[in-house]
Amino acid sequence: METIYTDLLCIGAGLAGERVAVEAASAGFETICLSIVPPRRSHSSAAQGGMQASLGHCIMGKGDSPDVHFQDTVKGSDWGCDQEVARLFAETAPVAVREMAFWGIPWNRVVPGKDTYFKGGKQFEKEELKEKEGLITARSFGGTAKWRTCYTSDGTGHTLLYTMDNKVVELGVTVHDRIEAISLIHDGKTCIGAVARCLKTGKCRAYLARATLIATGGYGRIYRETTNAVINDGGGAIIAIDTEVVPLGNPEAIQFHPTGIVPTNILVTEGCRGDGGTLLDVNEERFMPEYEPEKEELASRDVVSRWMTHHIQKGLGVKSPYGDHLWLDIRHLGAEHIKTKLREVEEICNNFLGVDPITQLIPVRPAQHYSMAGIRTNKDGAAYGLKGLFSAGEAACWDMHGFNRLGGNSLAETIVAGKIVGEKIAESLKGYEVHFNTAVIKDAAAKDYERIDRLISCKDGKEDVFEVRNAMQNELMERVGIFRNGADLQKAVDNLQEIHARAKKVGLRSNGIGVNPELTLALKIQGMVRLAICTAYGALQRTESRGCHSREDYEARNDRDWLNRTLATWKEGDDLPTLNYEPASKVMEIPPGDRGYGVSKIISQDDEKIGV
Amino acid sequence: MGRKLKFNIFRYNPQDPDSVPHTDTFQLEETESMTLFIALTQIREEQDPSLQFDFCCRAGICGACAMIINGRPNLACKTLTDDLPAEITLMPLPIFKLIGDLSVDTGTWFREMNENVESWVHTSKTFDLEAEEERMDNSLAEEIYELERCVECGCCVAACGTANMREDFVGAVAMNRIARFMMDPRDQRTGSEYFEVIGTDEGIFGCMGLLGCEDVCPKQLPLQDQLGILRLKMGWSAIKHLFRIK
Ligand SMILES: Cc1cc2nc3c(=O)[nH]c(=O)nc-3n(C[C@H](O)[C@H](O)[C@H](O)COP(=O)(O)OP(=O)(O)OC[C@H]3O[C@@H](n4cnc5c(N)ncnc54)[C@H](O)[C@@H]3O)c2cc1C
Ligand code: SF4
Ligand code: SF4
Ligand code: FES
Repeated sequence: METIYTDLLCIGAGLAGERVAVEAASAGFETICLSIVPPRRSHSSAAQGGMQASLGHCIMGKGDSPDVHFQDTVKGSDWGCDQEVARLFAETAPVAVREMAFWGIPWNRVVPGKDTYFKGGKQFEKEELKEKEGLITARSFGGTAKWRTCYTSDGTGHTLLYTMDNKVVELGVTVHDRIEAISLIHDGKTCIGAVARCLKTGKCRAYLARATLIATGGYGRIYRETTNAVINDGGGAIIAIDTEVVPLGNPEAIQFHPTGIVPTNILVTEGCRGDGGTLLDVNEERFMPEYEPEKEELASRDVVSRWMTHHIQKGLGVKSPYGDHLWLDIRHLGAEHIKTKLREVEEICNNFLGVDPITQLIPVRPAQHYSMAGIRTNKDGAAYGLKGLFSAGEAACWDMHGFNRLGGNSLAETIVAGKIVGEKIAESLKGYEVHFNTAVIKDAAAKDYERIDRLISCKDGKEDVFEVRNAMQNELMERVGIFRNGADLQKAVDNLQEIHARAKKVGLRSNGIGVNPELTLALKIQGMVRLAICTAYGALQRTESRGCHSREDYEARNDRDWLNRTLATWKEGDDLPTLNYEPASKVMEIPPGDRGYGVSKIISQDDEKIGV
Repeated sequence: MGRKLKFNIFRYNPQDPDSVPHTDTFQLEETESMTLFIALTQIREEQDPSLQFDFCCRAGICGACAMIINGRPNLACKTLTDDLPAEITLMPLPIFKLIGDLSVDTGTWFREMNENVESWVHTSKTFDLEAEEERMDNSLAEEIYELERCVECGCCVAACGTANMREDFVGAVAMNRIARFMMDPRDQRTGSEYFEVIGTDEGIFGCMGLLGCEDVCPKQLPLQDQLGILRLKMGWSAIKHLFRIK
């Protein structure tokens, strides 16, 4: 097997992976990034909205500070986050945004003078200050006390990723694109790199590194309906739990967004409802006022998603070849409003649905959106369980999001964590020697070759990999979605265990030669099902409701018993993960309290019921 | 709705010694709002799991899925079958190295392009952690963003007569990138430094101005304007040079 040596191996070349690479390369360490796709196609490029940092230049952001950003983040997390990390994050975000400006981001800037904006469908006026002219401006996002989300039009993720990759090119950092890591090389104590399969030739390669970073993004594709890219199928998380010693943090913490379009689940912005759009059912009647008489369509993301799902389950969804859905109606906002304020929505509807939202209804339903879950690390980004292994970005559970991440906080996380973790890796590499044990390397390579051979020769069976994947996705969608309850979760765990058994019997229908896409999926399918089981089992055990994790049978947030983080590891040969728990946060700068939005039934730490 | 679609798809797996370039035909029933992403995924999963193609964001954002659709380069994910006749012919992008079937290696090509045009802000300043950011007019930021919207899909390169004839031609995408940095006050490169990069036959002077590029750009980038502006900015001597080679 071809073997390549480097100081740092970054598995993933999205924003997080490349930001770490830039830091390590600037410190003089040889760095190689791996990516399934050319780096600029990583899913970071799809983020449109923006990135939070408390610069406080625009008038609606006046008085903002890292303190306020920190508070919003902790409340958003429903006190599930690590407050030390959230603090570090909020303090660093402004510098990170300015550094990106220095590297070339065309951030939108403050334009002095009067201007109007919409809130809850109503129009208001504001006036930007002359002395702030030309400084980085910000827009409003849910769950924030101030306008704090810095942006470049509707392409923030795109400009961030292009600028970051420009930096990577400038520094001459090596990127091997179209290569997928399929296992970590380790001896149970130290990680020394990864085995990867080339997606240009289908051949395997060993990368040996003094430090290895997993920055593979989210893994929404274990769900049937997700806003995530098709490559977000959990490769990074899988190779981590396959080590048996590296845990996933809070696997049950998965965020949904109310309005993915049907069939492709591409996101349409919350702005539709913000500006007065409504949700309709099969009879073209509104249903949100019945469930939420006060906030109607404008209740929070998780609440709206929950009622939409409930309404579909009542049989009031619209039937389609792609499953039941609801309608989003923005026709009454008028052509002028749609063409100016909701331009991107109009484009998505035209391009991907062939629907004209000025005269027609938009088919929507809630879709998986973000993995707060991820590879558990300490505040330096070092993974639990293996020396020499790190993680950053959506792949990691660093953990500043707890049970709900705020919009705009994940782009910010990739840059901020990338910077901090990159510095820490560079520090750790100084004077750090590892022994590349040839037996361990040979063993890892042999295991992967054997896996490939067995799949191609159908040695373990002839299960169809796509069918197994569909079964897993359906199970999660139907029983481990937005509303959860003990009976369904138990059923999901049972069914997923059966699906896991089927996954072990997968064999290829095609010949498996070269960059065979069936083999690519087959190599991951067992791991994907294990991730699904971790999600379902973690959710089953957590008998409370916190952030996105909403249990119908345990409606209160229970700080007495569940102010903690799930840590899931998987022992080879087991059918279930081993769950351990650690306190959510060692430091409690802000003690658990009311978020100020959403339903607030809370069992407090001293077993007293407050709120209703 | 409910048309029977016929797909003629270019097939070749260079890794398989038994494979030769040929066309395979697949039939599929059209469903509502069907895109080529949905159609090709369905063909792979239900008919031929070895079929290679590239999708990533499936939202017209990442630029991964460019291919030749009934003779014209475009992003497959944002192409609705409804806008096509019932017979659909799909070919991989030319110019880029073939990986297999509809999949080509755009990563290597674009990395080289970015290295060649030195696609980054050139500055002698160092970043000051404490300092407020340099101010910029919002309208300038928006103009830069307009050009930065390129998704490196390769459609313009595939459609370009010059690029199809000479391998070293940098293409409209590179010229657009240069124009983006020329507009950016943070980049301290001078006119002559830019000239060194694209004032050549591989650069602006290789361009025949036929504008195949702008017609096919799925992001509707104003490539024609940028090529025009660049010609002007490259100076009078450069224009003379242009006429000499014509
Ligand atoms: C539609 C959408 C809109 C969003 N909008 C916003 C927003 O407005 N604001 C915000 O803050 N957040 C937003 N988010 C979230 C945010 O975009 C992501 O959380 C963030 O960009 C993730 O960055 P990353 O670097 O961690 O991962 P990614 O950008 O996903 O990069 C992952 C990298 O890992 C590589 N990779 C994966 N597996 C392997 C493997 N096995 N081997 C080798 N390489 C591998 C990939 O090729 C890629 O290079 C949005 C998300 C979505 C889906
Ligand atoms: S105008 Fe120039 S760059 Fe564009 S297609 Fe024609 S030759 Fe190529
Ligand atoms: S200029 Fe347009 S066609 Fe060319 S690579 Fe960029 S987005 Fe694609
Ligand atoms: S898949 Fe990203 S542009 Fe088509």
